[in-house]
Amino acid sequence: MRLSPTGALRHSGNLFAMALDVVRTLPRRPFQAREFIQQAWFVASVTILPTALVSIPFGAVIALQIGSLTRQLGAQSFSGAASVLAVLREASPIVTALLIAGAGGTAICADLGARKIRDEIDAMQVLGIDPIHRLVVPRVLASMVVAVLLNGLVSVVGVAGGYFFNVVLQHGTPGAYLASFTTLAQLSDLWAAEIKALVFGAIAAIVASYKGLTAQGGPKGVGDAVNQSVVITFMLLFVTNFVMTAVYFQVVPQRG
Amino acid sequence: MGIEICVEGLTKSFGHQVIWQDVSLTLPAGEVSVMLGPSGTGKSVFLKTLVGLLKPERGSVKVAGRDITRLREHDLYEVRKLFGVLFQDGALFGSMNLYDNIAFPLREHTRKSESEIKRIVLEKMDMVGLIGAEGKLPGEISGGMRKRAGLARALVLNPEIILFDEPDSGLDPVRVAYLNQLIVDLNAQIDATFLIVTHDIASARQVPDNIGLLFRRELVMFGPRAKLLASDEPVVRQFLNGRMQGPIGMAEEKDAAQVEQELAQIDEGGSADALTPRLLPSPGITRPPRWEAIARREAELHGTGVTGT
Repeated sequence: MRLSPTGALRHSGNLFAMALDVVRTLPRRPFQAREFIQQAWFVASVTILPTALVSIPFGAVIALQIGSLTRQLGAQSFSGAASVLAVLREASPIVTALLIAGAGGTAICADLGARKIRDEIDAMQVLGIDPIHRLVVPRVLASMVVAVLLNGLVSVVGVAGGYFFNVVLQHGTPGAYLASFTTLAQLSDLWAAEIKALVFGAIAAIVASYKGLTAQGGPKGVGDAVNQSVVITFMLLFVTNFVMTAVYFQVVPQRG
Repeated sequence: MGIEICVEGLTKSFGHQVIWQDVSLTLPAGEVSVMLGPSGTGKSVFLKTLVGLLKPERGSVKVAGRDITRLREHDLYEVRKLFGVLFQDGALFGSMNLYDNIAFPLREHTRKSESEIKRIVLEKMDMVGLIGAEGKLPGEISGGMRKRAGLARALVLNPEIILFDEPDSGLDPVRVAYLNQLIVDLNAQIDATFLIVTHDIASARQVPDNIGLLFRRELVMFGPRAKLLASDEPVVRQFLNGRMQGPIGMAEEKDAAQVEQELAQIDEGGSADALTPRLLPSPGITRPPRWEAIARREAELHGTGVTGT
């Protein structure tokens, strides 16, 4: 691949064009239910275990940080409130995003890339089938659904991990931890996190599909595509996360 | 019945690199044409441009009165149903077995019942000699079988035009001979327009009605087989005879002086090539009038011995 000054712009343009194509193709019948279920199952199966395993230490780290911080400030009764807030608002969408991009997105990109270089995608187009409709849309939907569900999982496991570390290891009071649960966090935080996860799932799948479908240059090309898809997805996710968080604080009134 | 493809002034480049320019030719309906060319002259690119997978910079490709290069995405998918394409490695879907691969276009585009799909799939598999391998995955079979399965899948929607991307690459000479026979038999049976992209000279000499040659970013010549085989054009002669002497070099092109010298050497030798006999449909296959005529002409040219082969 040769570097050209307009290359980055062109790729961004193509990426957005494909995102638009996905939106436009979304309502087209027949809906690929089989492919959707297979992909949802597949993405879930590669992400559930790592997500659970990552969210336990994540919840624990937050609990440790907040535990020592609240002790220094003399606000131990708020440690439950703070760690729930941190897990729910930031940690769980981010962990979900990392796992969806890292485990689900790479698998999607590698799969589509391998098909691309074996001419399977071209063959599909020649057989009169639109790969966006047939392959990309089900993957995007699957990854969005799984991201939303994973976000729930991370929230539960993260809060449970935080509870365990705060109460069992740092000798916090279980009652105070539970009682302060809802002093800071509110239901709209959960909704916001789920919406974030939904958007992250869509971004990860679209970037992975785009990179996979434009892979070229043999097996090495697929490797490069997977690599680039992870990097691009992470950058987009963190920027999107920042923007969505900023908007959320403007739109939804906060407690306390 | 086969559909004519009319290519006019076609030019394709990637960035600043021109692949070929100003290619004009007509693939006659129902006939077999071969596009030859040294490696890296954009034969596969040409084939992909014909089905609209790549967009050319200039020129038109007219199929059934519609210009492939200007069609909207949606119409393009409709026109593509006229095409069957055999890709280099068969391009089978790796996650499906051969049966599902071949049934795929039927399940996507038709409302046929499973039993009818089964009948059609088995018929096409029989045509390419793959009966018994329905349950195999593409990863478990040889390259030759993958090509034949890819061919069966390309045939399943009864295409009017069939494009072959290097059907002989990676196959041994015996399998190539069988595949060539299969192509000729198919042409006699389904009457579609065939275009074969290859650099195998033996196939090019035996199989087609028409031959084209791509070299140095342009179409050197396109015409009936006999005309090309008897041509005095140095590039055509060099390529069809697989010689080192001539304008085509190892890397790219040679300088003019060297070419002159080499051509002089050949002329001293004065080799007059006999016209290779044409491959005819197998004895069991009913020949349509077109093939009857070809067989009669071949018999006149080469004596009676060749008609049966």
